[in-house]
Amino acid sequence: MISENLAGKRIAVTGSTGFLGTALIERLIRSVPDCELVLLVRPGRRGAQARVTRDVLKNDAFDGLRASLGKDEFNEMCARRVQAVAGDVGTDGLGLSGEDLELWLSADVIIHSAATVSFDSPLDTAVEVNLLGPQRIANLCNEHGVSPHLVAVSTCYVAGSRRGAAPEQLVDESPYFVEVDWRREVDAARRSRLDEETASRQPKRLEQFRSEAQRELGAVGTPALAAKTETIRQAWVTTQMVENGRARASSLGFPDAYAYTKALGELALVEARGEIPVSIVRPSIIESAWSEPTAGWIRGFRMAEPVIISYARGLLSEFPGVPEGVVDVIPVDMVVAAIVAVAARGPKDDGPDVTQVASGSANPLRYKNLVDYAEDWFTRNPIYDELGQPIAVAAWQFPGRGRVEKQLVRARTSLERADRALEKLPLRGRTADFAMQLQARKELLDQASGYVELYGAYAECEALYGLDNLLGLWGELSPEDQEAFGFDPRVIDWKHYVQNVHLPSVVRQARAKTTPGKKVGPSRSTRLRGQVLSPDRQLAVFDLENTIIASNVVTSFAWLATRNLAPRDRVIFAAKALSQGPGWLALDRKDRSDFLRSFYRNYRGAYTDQIEADAQELLSHYLLSKSFPAAIRRVREHRALGHRTLLITGALEFVVEPLRPLFDDIISAEMSSVNGRYTGGMSSVPPTAENRYQALADYAAANNIDLRESVAYADSSSDLPMLEAVGFPVAVNPETKLAAIARKRGWLVEDFRKQSGAPGRPLPIAPRTGARSEPMLSAMMNRGSGLAKEKTRR
Amino acid sequence: MSPRKAPRPGLVLDVDASTPPVLFHHGENFRMEKLPVGRSRIIYPAEPLRGLIDPDQAIRDALENPIDSEPLRALMTADMKLTIAFDDISLPLPPMRKPDIRQRVIEAVLDIAAEVGVDDVHIIAALALHRRMTEDELRHAVGDRVYDAFAPSGRLYNHDAEDPDGMTHLGTTNHGEEVQISKRAVDSDLTVYVNINLVSMDGGHKSTATGLSGYTALRHHHNVDTMQKSKSFMDPPNSELHTKNWRQGDVIRNAGVKIFQIETTINNNTFGETGPLSMLQKREWEWTGRDRAKFLAMQGGLSYMTPSARRKVFHSWKAPYELTSVQAGEIEAVHKVTTENTFAQHLVPVEGQTDIMTMGLPYISPYNVNSVMNPILVAVLGLGYFFNLYRGKPLVREGGVLIMSHPTPWDFNPVHHPSYIDFFEQVLADTTDPHEIEKKYEKQYAEDEWYRHLYRTSYAYHGVHPFYMWYWCSHALQHLGQVIIVGGDPKAVRRLGFRPASTLQDALEMATDTVGPQPTITHYHNPPMLMADVK
Repeated sequence: MISENLAGKRIAVTGSTGFLGTALIERLIRSVPDCELVLLVRPGRRGAQARVTRDVLKNDAFDGLRASLGKDEFNEMCARRVQAVAGDVGTDGLGLSGEDLELWLSADVIIHSAATVSFDSPLDTAVEVNLLGPQRIANLCNEHGVSPHLVAVSTCYVAGSRRGAAPEQLVDESPYFVEVDWRREVDAARRSRLDEETASRQPKRLEQFRSEAQRELGAVGTPALAAKTETIRQAWVTTQMVENGRARASSLGFPDAYAYTKALGELALVEARGEIPVSIVRPSIIESAWSEPTAGWIRGFRMAEPVIISYARGLLSEFPGVPEGVVDVIPVDMVVAAIVAVAARGPKDDGPDVTQVASGSANPLRYKNLVDYAEDWFTRNPIYDELGQPIAVAAWQFPGRGRVEKQLVRARTSLERADRALEKLPLRGRTADFAMQLQARKELLDQASGYVELYGAYAECEALYGLDNLLGLWGELSPEDQEAFGFDPRVIDWKHYVQNVHLPSVVRQARAKTTPGKKVGPSRSTRLRGQVLSPDRQLAVFDLENTIIASNVVTSFAWLATRNLAPRDRVIFAAKALSQGPGWLALDRKDRSDFLRSFYRNYRGAYTDQIEADAQELLSHYLLSKSFPAAIRRVREHRALGHRTLLITGALEFVVEPLRPLFDDIISAEMSSVNGRYTGGMSSVPPTAENRYQALADYAAANNIDLRESVAYADSSSDLPMLEAVGFPVAVNPETKLAAIARKRGWLVEDFRKQSGAPGRPLPIAPRTGARSEPMLSAMMNRGSGLAKEKTRR
Repeated sequence: MSPRKAPRPGLVLDVDASTPPVLFHHGENFRMEKLPVGRSRIIYPAEPLRGLIDPDQAIRDALENPIDSEPLRALMTADMKLTIAFDDISLPLPPMRKPDIRQRVIEAVLDIAAEVGVDDVHIIAALALHRRMTEDELRHAVGDRVYDAFAPSGRLYNHDAEDPDGMTHLGTTNHGEEVQISKRAVDSDLTVYVNINLVSMDGGHKSTATGLSGYTALRHHHNVDTMQKSKSFMDPPNSELHTKNWRQGDVIRNAGVKIFQIETTINNNTFGETGPLSMLQKREWEWTGRDRAKFLAMQGGLSYMTPSARRKVFHSWKAPYELTSVQAGEIEAVHKVTTENTFAQHLVPVEGQTDIMTMGLPYISPYNVNSVMNPILVAVLGLGYFFNLYRGKPLVREGGVLIMSHPTPWDFNPVHHPSYIDFFEQVLADTTDPHEIEKKYEKQYAEDEWYRHLYRTSYAYHGVHPFYMWYWCSHALQHLGQVIIVGGDPKAVRRLGFRPASTLQDALEMATDTVGPQPTITHYHNPPMLMADVK
């Protein structure tokens, strides 16, 4: 009956790229052989048709059909029966015009399943799509005088958070419904977006975003800081809008903005329907397929999956819920079958009629049973950690939501404190790893508390959704239809479903490790290193300090300055340097190039010829013993591969001169000299932060190098502009900020270290020789106070 | 000279129940070990031979009465080009107390040159592919007077085998081996070579053919094949290394390069007959209460120090070596006498081979003076030097086990040994087979620009040097069934391809896997230096 009724019909569908939509399309193509489909999709960059092919027809839901027909015939049939129109339910008129509009209006049935199902979408987005979407479809039909059968997919949760029976009735027929005007809600939502945008631009807020950006990135230069600040601002607005949605929803008794907008969407649709026959189908929580297209088929990560995987990984040991409460889950293929049956039957009594597709009242799955099944299954089929050890799952405590939230908040606060403290310390490499672990831990906690916040209300929901209409429809079906379009939730054996259908599918989807033993195959770092050392790369650019050598401009100056000092003067020098240290550090933290300019004035009056000779000794006696052999090896590996190698450093030209044979080119700070003595002034802007990026960009342009095919090595977040400019950034012994950034963005992190066994030199003081030296010493002694003055002026 | 008893020759002691624990050097520390009774023996070196009473007079005598040559004075003219080349920092070990023999000899040579009125004199540290010597080290070797007179004007310097304008190709031997030495030496009317003979492979044609040479020539004998055919390279008639150097020496001579060879031998008075370390060259059962107290105090003190502090303390030790002979003149004739004198101090007759050879490796090898002994140098000291200090046949039987004691830390000096680091991280991580290493990696390291730069301008061993170290081990690697290091960093030991053991008892237990139960054990009590004459 079903396929006969729909034979030869043209069925228009929204939301076909979603989980439910894909299953629906597959079923219509396979089980209703003669129907034609018109799919409304947002065209994206590729266009509507390409999107349908890529995001719908290539999905593994179609594997069975493709295999039985043969690839060519499948493609031919799809081309014949499936047409895409570009549009968006978020805009009035669906964004349709011309041929697309005509095609759309020629449909006999419209199945509207598009929605933002994410439980944490911003209020206005949810309103545009979930609330206004259905009535836009109705309005468009009415404007053009057509009246196809409109099947709108909603959700059982429009009934709101309540206990007891929730029958299949329209939203405003419920005794618990709080009277609201959906038009006002729409206006308010749109206005709150404007309010938040304004609020986010207040000087105080902007200042706050900027300092947050600075804390995260450090001294990276203005452009990078500006970009980051704007990202933070936008994220803040989004967070506010999500929060506004949640607050409004719960004030009206809905678990979240999704249920709230869906409920008002139903109201708006009923009001706007005019002559159009409307059927509303409300599924509960849709999960993997019971049997079609294959048992366990699922698309994307749904609501319960991340929770389940977090539990299996041992990250989540508690989730709020009532043990005897009902978890209302319904397999996707049953929802699809019910929708098709409703579409084939047409509206009952001219509608609008409501059909709920749920399991709770007919065949309840108790929360305690679900947990027992999962625990039992994961104990027998554990997930393994990186070391290949099985992860034991925790015994479930069934705590209340408040307790879990409190625990999570407490853990998070202490982590945040530790994180703040660590951020202030100058950590690198191994020690920074610890900070990164904290960060990772914090993110996991964030995730966990996110789940609790989002889904807690659902797990605690104790409403029982009435299924009279659904079961009535089931009873009217012929045995053949019942065979082909099964949606009777009473047949589900939950233990079988959880253990043999759903969990294996979820674990497969999550790509969790299900075999013991260490991970085989190359690790992520090895893979990234392979990309970095591919012959296709063109340029490898290196920072010097703490990337190749554990030293800095101050220590190399100290070495050079003390090389020719008498023992007594060395003591004076050391004392002086120690007293000036904090001032230098503070200036360096604020702006690197100001610091360099100021510090390099210490070289004023030094003899160029002597510095040249001493610099060679500096390399042998100081720089090499502080070098990272693995870094030097890496430079040469790049050269051997035919990559051009470039050193960009704020260090002075003569300090890095002995390193020249290691690189193809060196860009460094240059100091001018007069009459064989250094002036202490720079002859060009020292390459730091964004100047470094600029120097790199200029170099690449001059040498015809594609930066996207280049590698950059650096240790600090102040090198971010340079790292971001290349296709293959590498963080070397990163300090905490860069470590966090590198981890988030999936960059290669190298742990280059000083050679153990290198001669130790706790102080950067040169071994003695006997020659002139006083100019540099006196320069520094005299300038000490000058530097301090400069600092106060700032 | 302090009056003392006639030195006693070396000794092989069979270990019985009354034998006290025996001393094992262990890097910058020591271990006292009990060896199994009834199947162990200990080879002790001879006591230090008496030094010459007036070394300076002996040197002058040698220069005036050379072997198979006119006196040095007769070889000089005022307008000549004179070059003095001398052995580098790798000799002697540890460095000797001032005045160094080289200083005494060079001053004597310069005295004669001054008398004749020679102006054009260059003094070159003949370091081949070793690292350059620092100012302090040069001053120690040649003395402040010579240094201050020659170094500032650029007439005292380190040999540079990679100077494109500094080397001369002299042709090839009848076996096709290229010969290449310092251009200054070739262009000189006379080159005086000042040698210190610590072990029997030093000196002779090797002084110039190797010391003043470079990679082009060295690769013909510094390779796996030559080393595996040198049994041992310390025994000239049976050393392929020696044979090839002599062939290259012929080419140098035939090319008209005139060399006046001055060779010296020193005794093995490494730790002194009195002083803080004197017990180290005494036989354990002869230790006095005072020796024992000194030893315990030293070990106690060392245990409080960091490894680098311990290293500093030991590397500051200068040995009170004494000159035992000096001979000058024609290279081959001179070297014959030198070798006899070297053997007189070192050879200890030993009856038959052993299943297991044990040795304690000290803190110093030829290549880590004022530096850290990295794992590769640990291997070469045991398997290259000590293993090869035999005449006749190896002390340990074929397929036997060598047990060495050394902490073997994963430590390198990045200034002195940059290519060693990469060799250890890259090459040994891939394979420990000398033939494969030679084939796959040598050229790349030898011709690397960065290593070349560091060798020429900094204080780094040449890029190819770690390969030579590994080749040095190749005879032992081929001969032995297993190598075990006691007390070493397990990761570093495994990287070398050896097995780590935490105690000597564990090591002996592990060795039985290879040599069977109740094996015979011979402990090689060195330093002070000895050479086993195995019958």
